[in-house]
Amino acid sequence: MGDVFRKLGSLAISGVWQLGFIARFFVLILRYSGQSFMRLHLTIRELYFSGVLSLLIILVSGLFVGLVLGLQGYEILQRYGSSEAMGTMVALSLLRELGPVVAGLLFASRAGSAVTAEIGLMKVTEQLKAMDMMAVNPIARVVAPRFWGGVVSMPLLAALFSTMGIFGGWLIGVVFIGVDDGAFWSQMRAAVDFRYDVLNGVFKSAVFGVAVALIAVFEGYDCVPTAEGVSRAITRTVVSSALAILALDFVMTSFMFRGL
Amino acid sequence: MSEPLVRLENVRFAYGERMILRDISLSIPRGQVVAIMGGSGCGKTTMLRLIGGQERAVGGRVLVDGQDVGKLDREDLYALRRRMGMLFQFGALFTDMTVFDNVAFPLREHTDLPPELINDLVLMKLHAVGLRGAAQLRPGELSGGMARRVALARTIALDPMLLMYDEPFTGLDPISLGVIGQLIRRLNNALGASSLIVTHDIQESLQIVDYIYFISEGRVVAEGTPDEIRNTSDPFVHQFVHAEADGPVPFHYPAGDYATALVGGAG
Repeated sequence: MGDVFRKLGSLAISGVWQLGFIARFFVLILRYSGQSFMRLHLTIRELYFSGVLSLLIILVSGLFVGLVLGLQGYEILQRYGSSEAMGTMVALSLLRELGPVVAGLLFASRAGSAVTAEIGLMKVTEQLKAMDMMAVNPIARVVAPRFWGGVVSMPLLAALFSTMGIFGGWLIGVVFIGVDDGAFWSQMRAAVDFRYDVLNGVFKSAVFGVAVALIAVFEGYDCVPTAEGVSRAITRTVVSSALAILALDFVMTSFMFRGL
Repeated sequence: MSEPLVRLENVRFAYGERMILRDISLSIPRGQVVAIMGGSGCGKTTMLRLIGGQERAVGGRVLVDGQDVGKLDREDLYALRRRMGMLFQFGALFTDMTVFDNVAFPLREHTDLPPELINDLVLMKLHAVGLRGAAQLRPGELSGGMARRVALARTIALDPMLLMYDEPFTGLDPISLGVIGQLIRRLNNALGASSLIVTHDIQESLQIVDYIYFISEGRVVAEGTPDEIRNTSDPFVHQFVHAEADGPVPFHYPAGDYATALVGGAG
């Protein structure tokens, strides 16, 4: 019995230490971000790798989520004879929840894992050490651009995800099922509030961007420099990012949407 | 004689509980090539990390060009490192850049030179290691020996005063090995630099260095010029030079009595 408590205790302590390390790492990134902004092409390159190269999976997934939402939404709403509210339902669920959360999860597994793998392998092959010995700070040169690349691309990707989703809902509802086109759009426009729904969603996705990018660069930089260490770091990036996204989403939702 | 470029004074270092360097004192005179030798895991590479300021000594002082490396803050340390070059065991080339960009990296990071001048400098450095023709290749397309020569060109990009080599001969075929050895010597003389080679390749080192230190169990156990080393009667150096399996450096990792372990069934 004592053993169980001891294990729990040590797990808790190491968890707190880990949080402390991440927080300190975050401060270091912010401190050296200025240096990396001086050479913007580094960050723009990472924007391309994290953002542009994630476009395909984000757009396709967004479309399919929208298609499914359309089908399910129509099926449920028509029971109450309000299938015209479909546009509202699709838009609200995407803008408030599914857009930021699903795009965040996809982003973590597509871009976050890639960033962790890249930084981890640079560590294994002593590239980070070599850089440091050349008096070039690896946090400014390698970590900060990747972090900001993730932070900037995440909200944009979430927005595109939602857009594609709404398009998918429209495709199912209006084109295939035959819901009235005008009702679909006008109900959506009447029900969706820019500040309350859209901006809150964008804020959520920005927070997820910071969380995923931070976890990804930290796990890569902190990994044990072996093949096994890198593979574990990648797994941790995906798992921790997913948990962080879901936990943060719950906290933010409970503050943002109280059903007044 | 002028003050040596690098001096270690009674340096001690430990990773946690494990003592790596017990009491090391040695110096690298200006303009010379010095080798540090010893078995695997005797703390040779740690010494390079101490001189480069990546680790700090637990006791004693590490002086480079008169500065106590262990006491420098990050900015001064970076200023000092700009005048040092370190060649890593496997080159540590940046895999996302071409050979040209790898060599240009320190120049672009630390100088405001115009691109034409950087181009000329990079080609000169690559020419010095015989790889001007490989400028547009990627590190993945290079052989082990070529990669190390590119890394060497990158190391000398800023004309450092001190060159450090971590196991530069490991895993090379005899020709590449000879090439790297000659380059180390030639570049040292051409740049007017001082060099420190950490290695266990005794035959190659005897041909190119001015002075050799032998390290064992965290201490300097023998030292001398190549001629002195060849003719020494010191049992440790003798074992090392003649590659004998057993001697002052035992073949067996410390263990309990063999017979007892076999009969008792436990190690």
